[in-house]
Amino acid sequence: MSAIEKIDLADAGVLRFTTAGSVDDGKSTLIGRLLYDTRSIFEDQLSALERASRHRNGSGLDLSLLTDGLIAEREQGITIDVAYRYFATPRRKFIVADTPGHEQYTRNMVTGASTADLAIVLVDARKGIASQSRRHAYIAGLLRIPHLVIAVNKMDLVGYSRQAFERIRGAFREFAAGLDFRRVDYLPLSALHGDMVVERGNRMPWYHGETLLETLETAQTAGSDVGGLFFPVQLVARPEESGYAGRRGYRGRVESGAIRVGDAVTVLPAGRATRVHGIRVFEGAIEAAHAPQSVTLILEDPLDVSRGDVIAGPDRQYQVTRGFDATLCWLAQEPLARGRRYLVRHGTRTVKALLAEPAYRVNVNTLDREPTDTLALNDIGRVTVRTGEPLAWVPYRESRAAGSFIVMDESSNNTVAAGMIE
Amino acid sequence: MNLAAEARELARAPALAHLDWLESEAVYVLREVAGECATPALLFSGGKDSAVLLRLAEKAFRPARFPFPLLHIDTGHNFPEVIAFRDRRAAELSERLIVRSVEDSIRTGRVRLARPDESRNPHQSVTLLDAVAEFAFDALVGGARRDEEKSRAKERIFSFRDRFGQWAPRNQRPELWDLYNPRVHRGEHVRVFPISNWTELDVWQYIARERLSLPSIYFAHRRPVVRRRGLLVPVTPLTPPRAGEAVEDLSVRFRTVGDITCTCPVESAAATVEEIIAETAAARVTERGATRMDDQTSEASMELRKREGYF
Repeated sequence: MSAIEKIDLADAGVLRFTTAGSVDDGKSTLIGRLLYDTRSIFEDQLSALERASRHRNGSGLDLSLLTDGLIAEREQGITIDVAYRYFATPRRKFIVADTPGHEQYTRNMVTGASTADLAIVLVDARKGIASQSRRHAYIAGLLRIPHLVIAVNKMDLVGYSRQAFERIRGAFREFAAGLDFRRVDYLPLSALHGDMVVERGNRMPWYHGETLLETLETAQTAGSDVGGLFFPVQLVARPEESGYAGRRGYRGRVESGAIRVGDAVTVLPAGRATRVHGIRVFEGAIEAAHAPQSVTLILEDPLDVSRGDVIAGPDRQYQVTRGFDATLCWLAQEPLARGRRYLVRHGTRTVKALLAEPAYRVNVNTLDREPTDTLALNDIGRVTVRTGEPLAWVPYRESRAAGSFIVMDESSNNTVAAGMIE
Repeated sequence: MNLAAEARELARAPALAHLDWLESEAVYVLREVAGECATPALLFSGGKDSAVLLRLAEKAFRPARFPFPLLHIDTGHNFPEVIAFRDRRAAELSERLIVRSVEDSIRTGRVRLARPDESRNPHQSVTLLDAVAEFAFDALVGGARRDEEKSRAKERIFSFRDRFGQWAPRNQRPELWDLYNPRVHRGEHVRVFPISNWTELDVWQYIARERLSLPSIYFAHRRPVVRRRGLLVPVTPLTPPRAGEAVEDLSVRFRTVGDITCTCPVESAAATVEEIIAETAAARVTERGATRMDDQTSEASMELRKREGYF
């Protein structure tokens, strides 16, 4: 591929996807394969890889070693933290959140899933659907990733058998019907030999679907965030700093929806209505903007608007309350403590918060609800949150941006939980 | 909304081209720094990544002034073209530039060199952390990218540093959605990386699109060099040729600009940004692999330096 081709072709933007898998299902090999076959690996990485492969395995090129980052990971031969990888084709730039899949790393899977447009769950063709695969798919669904790809890997070890693939597809379909994906694809592949990853290969003539890369290149972005305008105000520019004489500007990013000069908007949580007078970017005034553009909005009326307020469109019904029910993923060593002072960050607003005793905890292997009096590291459960000030929200299933929040511990400052408003 | 209606709406929703997507994310991050941090600073070295950061800050804040000063940690071993560019850009933007120098740290005994000509690259951490204490900075915005190096791939966009400036890679704050957590106690700070998700090619494409100026040494020029361990080493008063090395006069350019004693050019005839993009898109050697002697010492040398407070 020449550089010119790379630049002149239509730019389909950025696709973020997550890959989850356990130690030996070939996840690292798959990512290595995507990087290698899209020619995203450079010579010096390749020679370091050859050295490391010889050292570790004696021979062969071990693509999985490309993704070990930290010293402790190489020492222990496991992945500890979410790693971000990048590759590009003439169509698209890809950001991969590579997350380890052990049970104790639910927190990493949740982190990687929170920004993804698509999730790849790897299944070993010999073993079929493991409880781990179900857990990965459940978390992808919980975080509202719209598009799930079940990659049935290691087809080379089952003789590229159509029956093996279809058995797994049939079994998983039943399970996936209970999860809320917009689209689920099933792909047979061999990351080790490259079949159906970037190249089709010729060992599975019975499979007529897309290769993995074709799926990634054509998948839809923007997640589940369609619908009304959600514009959390980041900064207020004084009249002399806004670019519009005599009017304040509200800097922020269109998190969902679109906006046009003249549109009716409401400032929340106060609930004051006005119209959009102007939209500015560095280059000058523009007529319209859409997610995820960063802009400065100028409003018709001189309202009192500050950081943390939301400029919202009329086509979505926001709740403005001092509390809500939410699904929390607990991310910290120290468990949830009732009566402890927490902070909730939602949009660009941070407020004090109290967490009630959980109504239940979800067993991520069986998906059963279990009674519990707290949430510990890697637990997922239902909790009522009370906030010190009103927040303007919609349920997470309607909008990732307007329905998500994080919980911070006020004394340690650590991020202790991820929340999705029900 | 039902799924069919949602799908119809999605099909209408326009996608942002990848540079616009990356730019918007970086502008959002910079505005979060301004909204959440009391005393931030932006690290500006005169290199290409920090030149991109300055343009992104213009996009985030103009016509207002930047809500932070620019900070450069000068090793005293910088290329003069880069220092001249640094001063010119700061003056053009009318922004405040703070320079703290490793040579001052050597004079006051804060840094002790084993050899007078050794690389000062790792010693920058001392001077940097002294500057953090001097100005009570609670956030340092930097131009590091996750594609540069393995340990950087696990770096957060808002990355916590303790009282000693240390990075704890195994104990990082989880970072979900775009809900960042920049909260620190007195004496601690965060490093913020708005272009985390950019690759070297993205940076060059952005430089071309925005017509950004850069120090001249990024473009092909003739320079005396010697070949050492597979790298081209520039011949300068600080880096004379060793016995038995033959000095060659080659057409080269720098892909990164850092301390003279550990930054190497690559052979190239690319004299314009467009020619560099063509070379970068076809490049088969990573930016740091081709150019940084300090990263070659061990597979984990960047991680070890980062833990100690390096950029």
